[in-house]
Amino acid sequence: MIAEDLNVFKKFTPKTLPKEEPLVFGHRACQGCGEVLALRMVAKAIGSPMVIVSATGCMEIISSPYPQTAWAVPWIHVAFENAAAVASGVEVGLKTLMAKGRIPEKKITVVAFAGDGGTADIGLQSLSGALERGHDFVYVCLDNEAYMNTGIQRSSSTPFGAMTTTSPAGKITAGQTTWKKNLPAIAAAHNIPYVATASPAYYLDLMNKAKKAAMIKGPAYLHVYSPCPTGWRHGTDLAIEVSRLVVETNIFPLYEVMEGKYLVRKNTKPKPVEEYLKQQRRFSHLTPDLIQIIQKRVDAEYERLLKLEGMTAKAESKEGPKEEVKEE
Amino acid sequence: MAQRRGMEVSIAVSEAVKLANVDVISAYPITPQTHIVEHLSELVADGELKAAFIPVESEHSALSAAVGAAAVGARAYTATSSQGLALMHEIMFIASGLRLPMVMTVVNRALSTPINIWNDLSDIMAERDTGWVQLFAINGQEAVDLTLQAFKIAEDSRVLLPVVVNLDGFILSHVIEPVEMPDQEQVDRFLPVFNPALRLDPDHPVSLGAFGSPDVYMEVKKQLEEALIGSQKVITEVWKDFGILFGRSYKPVESYRTKGAETLLLTMGSITETAMMAVDALREKGQKVGLIHLRLWRPFPFKEFFQAIREAKVLAVVDRALTPGGMGGPVGLEIKSALFEKTDRPYVAAFIAGLGGRDLTQEIFTEMVEKANRYARKKKEMRYEMIGVREK
Repeated sequence: MIAEDLNVFKKFTPKTLPKEEPLVFGHRACQGCGEVLALRMVAKAIGSPMVIVSATGCMEIISSPYPQTAWAVPWIHVAFENAAAVASGVEVGLKTLMAKGRIPEKKITVVAFAGDGGTADIGLQSLSGALERGHDFVYVCLDNEAYMNTGIQRSSSTPFGAMTTTSPAGKITAGQTTWKKNLPAIAAAHNIPYVATASPAYYLDLMNKAKKAAMIKGPAYLHVYSPCPTGWRHGTDLAIEVSRLVVETNIFPLYEVMEGKYLVRKNTKPKPVEEYLKQQRRFSHLTPDLIQIIQKRVDAEYERLLKLEGMTAKAESKEGPKEEVKEE
Repeated sequence: MAQRRGMEVSIAVSEAVKLANVDVISAYPITPQTHIVEHLSELVADGELKAAFIPVESEHSALSAAVGAAAVGARAYTATSSQGLALMHEIMFIASGLRLPMVMTVVNRALSTPINIWNDLSDIMAERDTGWVQLFAINGQEAVDLTLQAFKIAEDSRVLLPVVVNLDGFILSHVIEPVEMPDQEQVDRFLPVFNPALRLDPDHPVSLGAFGSPDVYMEVKKQLEEALIGSQKVITEVWKDFGILFGRSYKPVESYRTKGAETLLLTMGSITETAMMAVDALREKGQKVGLIHLRLWRPFPFKEFFQAIREAKVLAVVDRALTPGGMGGPVGLEIKSALFEKTDRPYVAAFIAGLGGRDLTQEIFTEMVEKANRYARKKKEMRYEMIGVREK
């Protein structure tokens, strides 16, 4: 169910950005890290009172080297594959203590952060369980398209053709041989109230989606594109440019799935994928043929997304908006 | 005073969890733990227990969710068996490492392969080194009492560790035993509302589960070790308080007919009562036989153990788990290691029996006593012997 507040939801503008910094300076992210930017923006948009659950990964390591912490809000890290399960316990625990009058009744947003490995691979089961059970929380996948924390190994979220340390550009195969797992679609298949993709180059869009995700009752899934200069082999000044190009080329379209209804940010004149690929050395081995294959796939995926939008919009006008709405 | 009545032990344990006023239960079904969580979910569904039941999608998530709930200050509970416990293994270390109190009932069952749903202790023995307080119940009443005590032990500010209460699958969990359920009022007096000093609270932010470099890791582990060793003092206090309030007293190591006994059986869990029958029968025949059983396994109660065996010449240790390629069984190994520092020590005959639900009868315990005495006379060098296994 969509919260009443969402009707009066005021979008952030550059002038109305929150002052609070849940993630403070002094963390140890690499120079030019796009993931930590995304993390900061999401945390800032949602704001206190909140409890953050972090999966093992870059963002956990760089923000919590004992005895230091970069977190000005309550934060817990348990393991790699269970951020969604821990968040389930946090959410239910808080709710129960409020119901029993042991802590003051107020909305505390529970946010789980995990990378693409912690979401698409090892944590997929715990995520699916938490989405299906309908916990009121926001799950944020910070997707840097490989296991960066362990040294750039491929994940199921690594794009086709990308070179990683376990999908090298060899004599026979040219980097990742499989297509990126479609995590937002998997999340949407749970019929949760809100799914969105976002990119740090579109920071207001990202922060508005994060805020919306927090306001919505029930599970919300946010898939945030997170450039990794170290792993992607691009300049440390390029994270924002890369995260703009990925949208402009339609490789990573920005969209929302609200109560089953797709809303796609239109891009009718996409730039060729090559413009995006050529900036990153993880794609430097790609031949024109392979680039063509990627272009075709990207075009087809985008078309499919538009069709989904048309289809879900039609379903609403014909049979009313409640048709696909999940019970809460 | 509450009345004794016949109850299935699993149901009695879930009623004890209800009496403990838990806030969050997260569980995943596995035989033979199921009756406990089924009954708890009924109690929640009927509003008899004001708690939340999270029907998670795996044991890994069951313990992870319990960790999350405990981290915000909720009294958390879960239960499992065998493969389920093995799946929790990773999070076992983290729950104790984060110093989060919670209680888990482990309904002991053999580990695969071959897949086997029957009782032994191989599941919990594989979790020996996870930093949890580990208690073993020998009957239904103990299972109830230890469950209530477990919360008080776990939540004591000098302990702050998770606690496992072990009870044998089927042979204890599924039998109907006479149990005296304590009154709610009495339990409330014994076990006040959980109010931790540190929790995930937006008004007082803390970071839990930080990254520990080589510079701090050992100190954190040492603190955990000290807390676990130190928990024995608290456990003893809790048992004393419990005895005063409820009239049933508990000790880390219990002795049965040990006076003047030269040979002692050493057991854990519900097989103890069968072994006691063997002791009775041997005593009838004039043999100097007694029994001790370990109620507390972690922390290991060294002092009480040495005290209990000080007059014994022969110890027959019964293990219901195997440490393949090693000393035979974890209990035998522990006992031998503990005794190594003593120059005047009894002969230890280590036996492994009852794996995967193989029946442990009075006759088998008698056989163990006879063999232990014989081996002691011959000063036989032995690591261990498996009892009741067909060689062909």
